[in-house]
Amino acid sequence: MTTRFTLAASLAALVATGALAQGAMPAEGETLSDNQTFTYRVLDEFPSIDPGMVEDVEGSHVARQLFEGLLNQDAEGNVIPGVATEWEVSEDGLTYTFHLRPEARWSNGEPVTAHDFVYAWQRAASPELASPYSWYLELMQIENVSEVIAGERPVEDLGVRAIDDRTLEVRITTPLPYFLQMLTHTTTFPVPRAVVEEHGAAWTQPGNMVGNGAYVLSERVPQERLVMTKNPEYWDAENVILEEITALIINDENQALTRYLAGELDQTDIPIGQYPRLLAERPDEAHALPNLCVYYYNLNLSESGPEALKDQRVRQALSLAIDRDLLVENVLAGGQVPAYGLGHWAVAGYEVPDDLFGMTMTQEERNAEAQRLMQEAGYGTGGEPLTLEILYNTSDAHQQLAVAIGQMWKQTLGVDTTLANMEWQTFLDARGSQQYEVARAGWCADYNEASSFLDIVTTSSGYNDSAFSNPELDALMLEARTAEDTLPLYQQVDRIIAEQVPVIPIYFYSSNILMDPSIRGYPFENAQENWYGRTMYRVAEQ
Amino acid sequence: MLSFILRRLLVAIPTILILIVISFVLMFAAPGGPFNSERPLPPAVMANIEARYGLDQPYVVQMFNYVKNIVLHFDFGPSFRLRDYTVSDLIAQGFPVTLTYGFWAFVVAVTFGVALGVVAAIRHNTWLDYLATGSAIGASVLPNFVLAPILVIVFTLWLGWLPGGGWRGGQWQYVVLPVVALSTSYLAAIARIMRSSMLEVLNSGFIRTARAKGLPMRRIVWKHALKPALLPVLSYLGPAFVAMITGSVVIDVYFSTGGIGQYFVNSALNRDYSVIMGVTILVGALTILFNLVVDILYAWIDPKIRL
Repeated sequence: MTTRFTLAASLAALVATGALAQGAMPAEGETLSDNQTFTYRVLDEFPSIDPGMVEDVEGSHVARQLFEGLLNQDAEGNVIPGVATEWEVSEDGLTYTFHLRPEARWSNGEPVTAHDFVYAWQRAASPELASPYSWYLELMQIENVSEVIAGERPVEDLGVRAIDDRTLEVRITTPLPYFLQMLTHTTTFPVPRAVVEEHGAAWTQPGNMVGNGAYVLSERVPQERLVMTKNPEYWDAENVILEEITALIINDENQALTRYLAGELDQTDIPIGQYPRLLAERPDEAHALPNLCVYYYNLNLSESGPEALKDQRVRQALSLAIDRDLLVENVLAGGQVPAYGLGHWAVAGYEVPDDLFGMTMTQEERNAEAQRLMQEAGYGTGGEPLTLEILYNTSDAHQQLAVAIGQMWKQTLGVDTTLANMEWQTFLDARGSQQYEVARAGWCADYNEASSFLDIVTTSSGYNDSAFSNPELDALMLEARTAEDTLPLYQQVDRIIAEQVPVIPIYFYSSNILMDPSIRGYPFENAQENWYGRTMYRVAEQ
Repeated sequence: MLSFILRRLLVAIPTILILIVISFVLMFAAPGGPFNSERPLPPAVMANIEARYGLDQPYVVQMFNYVKNIVLHFDFGPSFRLRDYTVSDLIAQGFPVTLTYGFWAFVVAVTFGVALGVVAAIRHNTWLDYLATGSAIGASVLPNFVLAPILVIVFTLWLGWLPGGGWRGGQWQYVVLPVVALSTSYLAAIARIMRSSMLEVLNSGFIRTARAKGLPMRRIVWKHALKPALLPVLSYLGPAFVAMITGSVVIDVYFSTGGIGQYFVNSALNRDYSVIMGVTILVGALTILFNLVVDILYAWIDPKIRL
């Protein structure tokens, strides 16, 4: 029958290995279930699970179980040792030396060495692999990385080398305060050269794939499922409790919800608008977690945009007239937070300044100020009639929001709106080439730092679809790259954005999930939701 | 007969080539591309990717290379979006899935559709006819994207009899709901066509003669009426069979079967050029093949038709 073992024994084992900070850590009094499996839902097939190729969040969740980088994140998102146990930084902040764990093994039993990291990074930057995420290495400012990507220098010139099997040296060109944090990203994970060269592109298939993570790939059916099982070769395998992790690909979120309710899933996303109901029905299971993304509207400030939007007062009025509290509480209803600037409240080391334009007013005051500004600019009620087209990518959620915002603009400002929707690719094309008036946008952080959000309105940003240009803002962002204390600079940038309104920030995302209450060890406190199966476990039903 | 088949197969080659050309033109005419995302890639990265997938070549060269690789190596190229797979991998994985649930859905739809139609026609204007016609209409107005979630709520959530999705290599529990959801509307259509064509045949002269001779009704229906009445159904079944075995985006999306039906929509939305082409050619070839099969069956059923 059941062979439940109590926690006293397993805790003792944990203490003995001295790995308390790393593996799964059941609390006292918890009894582990016999069923150590975790099944979760993903929206769509993973574009790739090859660490060098991974480009999406779900793919990186899988790669994080199958591979282990130099550094990991703890439950709060702080950096902790991974394959590297110690590291030093040179005085100028440009050279990092990592000392690797001697007991780290690939799932085929081979040791993990510094050469594996060198190979993986060179491979990720190489024009031959043509990874869609090679730019991440550019973001890390690794020496010569741009030339390597452009094919102007051989991959051997990349600023990473193995001093010996256990020592890795990385040279970067600009000191980056968040460099270590960037090493928790899957693009920097090692890959086994011999296996990649033997199987080519097919090395990611079950049976071929060799990893150094706590799990190995055991089954993968495109568009159906991906199964990972515990890797006995993992250096800390004795502290890994969860035996099997299954990702089920379920495109339809309502279908996924039904299957969660039927007990087929341990975790799924909550469809928009259903969070309050599910929270009331299942308070132990429904969670609203901060998500490092911001929802906003681009305003076309380029030549092709409407004349009215070039007037800062009009932009301010449009921003003020949006009742964000109403949208967040009544339309979205999932723990989202109103946004007045682009700097995310949950981002590490950032504080949203409390004097952002419009933030401290009540909605009545905002509406009055908006009306005053619009009148001064000579548009809307009593002035020149103004009609704006809101463009969004086809989705009910975006439409709901656009309708609500259109009504607010009509009621408060007398501005008419028309709605236009396009399928995703056509939408990106239109917005990127400034063929719109007002367009919906969303942005998620590449790394847990405020510049990941604030950079998007700099003149040179590829994502500056508003075609905004402010030399002061550009200079501040440049200064922040090397500044000791970045917070005041970032806050100043956020103030400029709120006041000059190149984009209308609307809300900060929240991720609403249902999690089976018997699953423990999920990092609810990590704003990036970077979870590690090896810290998770299932307790027996009481 | 043999020369007819040969001729039809020869005509299929230019047909497929034209299909490829039209698909290519439409594909490249659509804005965006497989590597456009919300976050525009730096030019150097984009250039590497385009070089790797040959997208830096002129369209005509791309099309030529594409056809060349298919003819010489039967190679449909790598998927541009699902980078761990080639198009052949995806089709080899997904086509048996849709073939399985599509085939069973076809069997169910034809068996029950024909039976329902025949019964309704024989018992014309009785309660049995009304019941059969009524349920056929009911099934046809219930689209599968409404039916699929209802089935899962009833059989998975409430009753707990069947899994709510997945495939698991085609174990029967996973096949039942997709088959039910897919077959319903086809079943209804077949029943309606069968009923009206059966009614027409039953009112024709040779049946009246047979009845006047005193033949039993059962014999008249089976021996004389069924075959000619099946002809209109048959011309419907050819394209329907192809549509069913190549799957349905609704079934794949709602039941996570991993079939190829979803690629018709997803690959177009993602501009996954190679997958769009792969599934288009597959469906094109199957359509040509099964239209030919229907024509042969026609000749077999109706001796008046000469091939």
